[in-house]
Amino acid sequence: MLYRESGDFSSTYAQDSQTFPIKFDRYRYYFVLFIAIVVIPFVINDYWVNSLFLPFLIYAIAAIGLNILVGYCGQVSLGTGGFMAVGAYACYKLMTSFPDISMLVHVLISGLITAAVGVLFGLPSLRIKGFYLAVATLAAQFFLVWLFNRVPWFYNYSASGQISSPERTFFGIIITGPNTEAWATYLFCLMFVIFSAYVARNLTRGSVGRKWMAIRDMDIAAEIIGVNPLRAKLTAFAVSSFFIGISGALFFSIYLGAVEVGEVFGIQKSFLVLFMIIIGGLGSIFGSFAGAAFLVLLPVALKIVGVDWLGWPTDIVAHLQLVIVGGLIIIFLIAEPHGLAQLWRVAKEKLRLWPFPH
Amino acid sequence: MKDQADGYVTADGRQIGPVVMEMKNITLRFGGIEAIKDISFDVREGEIRAIIGPNGAGKSSMLNVISGFYVPQEGEVWYKGARRAPMKPFEVAQQGIARTFQNIALFEGMTVLDNVMTGRLTHMKTGLFAQSFWKGKAEAEETANREVAEKIIDFLEIQAIRKTPVSRLSYGLKKRVELARALAAEPSILLLDEPMAGMNVEEKEDMSRFILDVNDEFGTTIVLIEHDMGVVMDLSDRVVVMDYGKKIGDGSPTEVRNNQAVIDAYLGVAHED
Repeated sequence: MLYRESGDFSSTYAQDSQTFPIKFDRYRYYFVLFIAIVVIPFVINDYWVNSLFLPFLIYAIAAIGLNILVGYCGQVSLGTGGFMAVGAYACYKLMTSFPDISMLVHVLISGLITAAVGVLFGLPSLRIKGFYLAVATLAAQFFLVWLFNRVPWFYNYSASGQISSPERTFFGIIITGPNTEAWATYLFCLMFVIFSAYVARNLTRGSVGRKWMAIRDMDIAAEIIGVNPLRAKLTAFAVSSFFIGISGALFFSIYLGAVEVGEVFGIQKSFLVLFMIIIGGLGSIFGSFAGAAFLVLLPVALKIVGVDWLGWPTDIVAHLQLVIVGGLIIIFLIAEPHGLAQLWRVAKEKLRLWPFPH
Repeated sequence: MKDQADGYVTADGRQIGPVVMEMKNITLRFGGIEAIKDISFDVREGEIRAIIGPNGAGKSSMLNVISGFYVPQEGEVWYKGARRAPMKPFEVAQQGIARTFQNIALFEGMTVLDNVMTGRLTHMKTGLFAQSFWKGKAEAEETANREVAEKIIDFLEIQAIRKTPVSRLSYGLKKRVELARALAAEPSILLLDEPMAGMNVEEKEDMSRFILDVNDEFGTTIVLIEHDMGVVMDLSDRVVVMDYGKKIGDGSPTEVRNNQAVIDAYLGVAHED
């Protein structure tokens, strides 16, 4: 057994409410961070960064954002693609208007702009719930994509209607454009992932998070203990959109480099991120990572197994992927609505008593 | 009424405080139905005030008026010496009025501790930004409020289930957790909507003891609705009796018990043909 949790007692409330109360977990977390920051940048190449690490990291941020809204606050949203587009276009406008300012600032401000847009589209959530709110956010999705397609100011009147990221640096290191190094883009995204996970975790374990979860579990009871429902929902929309905006900005500027809005930030993107948190686990930061990793890894793994090993035609493998994802969503919704994160928790609980379950 | 302004001595000799909340001529209509008809009564500081009456008498509606779910068409609510403007339930909670529900309204997805901590939300003021980075103010506030919550958890003897998700608890324990959540807010008035509904004798005894202890130890004013007459008569200092939305009795448990109108409402009246 991997685990040792006995003899590990907390003697203050601060110790008890930390993220990893068990020492073993804490050291494992530091170990993972160490590998991610110190080891991986030296061993990766362009192929691995572009096919695995960048999409995983960026989708993880989007999944954390959406998980705050859907998993913690219980407000279903199908507007993720649209909000990512807001982040991307905000970043593009900032990059082209203020070329001398650091990318870090651009990405963060893109997040803030998206947060404001998110609050705007979150306003109906006070009156409408569940499916109807999902449809309202769907309207946001289509409206935003339409807006970025039709108003030339957003794409600087370029002939193709596309936006493409110019070369920008961060502390003198090129991180956007065609001449980037694998480790630089990786570390830049990783920085935002760590930041997002840290902030999301802190928010969800404190009073803000309890307000969100109270609204999710029973909004009438939440109101009776003094939670202002409008404010709680709008902060959830703001924080969620902030992260989604950051992920959109990174997706455009670092990962793709050039974007055609309808193609990249369409409704499929909204569903993809929603699937990530359903498979990964609603209401769990770890679940956001697990879901993002799973749905990014799946096509790569299928391609390696199907095309490279078994020699199947590419289109069959691509369709197989749709079948598998669809099937998994149904299985998870029926059998384990709390996703991979819950499976992991249950496994831990079972293993704690193994091999004597009674 | 003895000495309206400050003190009041109940029938069994308990000293209770001045009036803290007063309902003045409350009338509540749903369409053509009058759920509450012109009811007035007061609540004094530190007392246990019971509202009783047969099914459909309007007791829960009355509690909902106090906690802001319903806005009465006529009448005024006076709280701490000032007339209360119509307000939303969360504003009522922020004024220090906490309540429990007839059918449990806990947050099923959260642990017992988190549920009790939600009761502290009205006392937690750190902003979004400070909480994002946890260190310092946010952590200190969390710890301070955790101490209060833990005191309540100790008091209601639910330490052992602190980290259990609420959805796994039994009915009686859920009721106790809901009481803990309401108490964690350190309310000046605690509204209990049938705290003993659906409990067995032992659980009822426990709950009664907790209600008396809460009143005793924290000096919390309690307004409760209850069906079990034995419990009401034992616990409460003063009782309001409602029937068909009207007030038919008000006074000490003994007075109420001997009130002819109350006996008629509960036992029925022989009709002369």
